[in-house]
Amino acid sequence: MHILVCGGTGCRASSSDAIVEKFKSELAANNLENDVQVIMTGCFGFCEKGPIVKVLPDNTFYTQVKPEDAAEIVKEHVIKGRKVNRLLYLDPAKKEHVSDSKHMGFYRKQIRIALRNCGFINPENIDEYIARDGYQAIGKVLTEFDPQQTIDIIKKSGLRGRGGGGFPTGLKWEIASKNKADQKYVVCNADEGDPGAFMDRSVLEGDPHSVLEAMSICGYCIGASKGLIYIRAEYPLAIKRLKVAIAQAREYGLLGNDIMGTGFSFDVELRYGAGAFVCGEETALIHSMEGLRGEPTNKPPFPAESGYMGKPTNVNNVETFANVCPIILKGADWYSSIGTEKSKGTKVFALAGKINNVGLIEVPMGITLREVIFEIGGGIKNGKKFKAVQTGGPSGGCLTEKHLDIPIDFDNLIAAGSMMGSGGMIVMDEDDCMVSVAKFYLDFTVEESCGKCAPCRIGNKRLYELLDKITKGEGTMDDLDRLRNLSKVIKDTALCGLGQTSPNPVLSTLDNFYDEYLAHVQDKKCPAGKCKALMKYVIDPEACVGCTACARNCPVNAISGERKKPHSINTAICIKCGACIEKCKFDAISIK
Amino acid sequence: MSHVKVELKPEQVTKIKEICKSFNNNPGELINVLHQTQGAFGYLPAEVQEVVAAELGIPVAKVYGVVTFYSFFTMLPKGKHPISVCTGTACYVRGAEKVLDEFKRILEVKVGESTPDGKFSLNCLRCVGACGLAPVVLVGDKVYGRVSPDGVKDILNEYAD
Ligand SMILES: Cc1cc2nc3c(=O)[nH]c(=O)nc-3n(C[C@H](O)[C@H](O)[C@H](O)COP(=O)(O)O)c2cc1C
Ligand code: SF4
Ligand code: SF4
Repeated sequence: MHILVCGGTGCRASSSDAIVEKFKSELAANNLENDVQVIMTGCFGFCEKGPIVKVLPDNTFYTQVKPEDAAEIVKEHVIKGRKVNRLLYLDPAKKEHVSDSKHMGFYRKQIRIALRNCGFINPENIDEYIARDGYQAIGKVLTEFDPQQTIDIIKKSGLRGRGGGGFPTGLKWEIASKNKADQKYVVCNADEGDPGAFMDRSVLEGDPHSVLEAMSICGYCIGASKGLIYIRAEYPLAIKRLKVAIAQAREYGLLGNDIMGTGFSFDVELRYGAGAFVCGEETALIHSMEGLRGEPTNKPPFPAESGYMGKPTNVNNVETFANVCPIILKGADWYSSIGTEKSKGTKVFALAGKINNVGLIEVPMGITLREVIFEIGGGIKNGKKFKAVQTGGPSGGCLTEKHLDIPIDFDNLIAAGSMMGSGGMIVMDEDDCMVSVAKFYLDFTVEESCGKCAPCRIGNKRLYELLDKITKGEGTMDDLDRLRNLSKVIKDTALCGLGQTSPNPVLSTLDNFYDEYLAHVQDKKCPAGKCKALMKYVIDPEACVGCTACARNCPVNAISGERKKPHSINTAICIKCGACIEKCKFDAISIK
Repeated sequence: MSHVKVELKPEQVTKIKEICKSFNNNPGELINVLHQTQGAFGYLPAEVQEVVAAELGIPVAKVYGVVTFYSFFTMLPKGKHPISVCTGTACYVRGAEKVLDEFKRILEVKVGESTPDGKFSLNCLRCVGACGLAPVVLVGDKVYGRVSPDGVKDILNEYAD
């Protein structure tokens, strides 16, 4: 019997360490420590209901477990074989407890390839990875295929880069393999700068060896003996697990000289990012690894010709690498049978925002947004109305109701005015103001622009100022035209991908939510009630019973009135925090 | 910005030199050197940058350029309890701004500043990847999830001593 405890960053923040300890002591108290193993694994994905505990072999899925629940699970489930109902997932539609994750709406449509081991193995134990076919793919490649044959398998599989661009991976490897040099490099891009996307981190935390193995395969294909992983310093747990994994792989002779006695040598080192979004761009990333400011440079030359230290360098994303070993073991035909015509396989998405089931999901390409948001995601939080879903992070756009049924793949998302990006999916409801959302992304871009080229450095700042003006009710119709024109100029003239895509959130909200812009500009109203400058909190004297709840909770004492008499708000003092509205039980306070 | 001159003690200079040496004084390792140096000192004032530059044999301007480029590096000391409010997209749509406003209001500081007694400093950070717990606040290494403006007081009270 095994007890698996999720040890992803989210669940650890809510005490999974203490849960593991508690299980161990409870088991020991019942003399069961040798019969039941407690394992801390990577992320199960269902972060909304974390911390998650899974009991094998019957695959029971407990949600929101607290350390003090360990005793009951051991006593009831482990010893008496009775499931602890109160900790099982409650299906919101059927109002029934579901014990096997296979039958949960959240998991039913998922296919796990990149995340195959996340939540199943202890990421700090190489033997568990090996037991699930780990390091078989590199063995197969080294003994059965030459580099070109391996590249051909990847090409045939149709795998495209998961870092955002969607460039065919096999082709990228082939180009790097043909450039002659005394030294070449394989680089894994683990910078994951899109705020709200955390799939790469989960792969590295939950299954670090799958990336190391794939990097070795890439090294064999392109003729490189050195691998570098560029990882954000903000991911301490992923860094720790990678270090453990690298040390174990070296000890087993799976990294280092003469791997498996085949004469092939490959080793991996870590390089740390230091908090700059633009460093996810591959040329900037390479400069950062060289110890410089992470500023992008023009392509060509592409990294495949002249990259790290001027040598041919192949850069791939974490999730791209995580797909490689299954392709080698199960074949290109198997992989290309999943997905759409031009986008094969699966994609991992980080579902977040106003959605019931926040978490990490892996779904076949071609699934619709509707299936993702309403079946897997369980719909919108608090029964609110769906308004938009943002994909592609700061480079992407906001999609609406009318896009819900298009099959998700690289090309369809671009056609719809957004992009795949790294896989962040932020769901918004009726309370979100789309002008503010565009402003939020521009704020991000302005802060993260490296400043090297004028269109991005200055243009985005102007875009931000225009949006700010509109959210304050000072915008004009001319400003709306200016937004559109300036956006197009920035897209056409910026040096790197950051600037070339930064106006997308503005353009897509202008296209899909023009009415909302008009409301801000012409009526001086924010329909979602988000823009502080455009709203006023008022108490309806008819509805107010004088309970004083609002006045007691106002942080700035802006509310006055006698007990049992209607209260009123002094709008000169009010900081529009909204605390009073939440506290009023009589719905007497509204935003005008 | 007024600049307080920092006097480095001889053992601190030795420590920086040791860090540089552990990377063979290789200028290509500048970012790793700065990571470790900041780990040891808490921040990277100009005086520290001067020692690093001399050891790696590069201009101070280059070190300064790198320090100011990356948001992870700071030239100002952090508070005893550094507070970071996540302003990633997931936290933003779940109300991080209101939480941040409440911290600003109670502590009477702007983002990037410390309280006069040096107890708290307030910063924003982009996504720790615990989006399921949004909005997220970090105090030191401790993660607080699903923070509401009301809960800000309670968090600060934990550090009242
Ligand atoms: C501004 C910007 C940020 C990027 N950030 C990332 C990132 O965080 N992770 C990533 O893998 N790729 C990122 N990319 C894409 C990389 O430049 C590169 O295309 C990718 O790492 C290639 O790997 P792939 O072919 O496996 O996708 C970014 C690109 C741009 C323009
Ligand atoms: S587009 Fe922006 S981030 Fe890219 S090089 Fe120009 S200024 Fe730097
Ligand atoms: S919105 Fe906030 S500041 Fe304004 S009256 Fe209500 S509680 Fe007071």
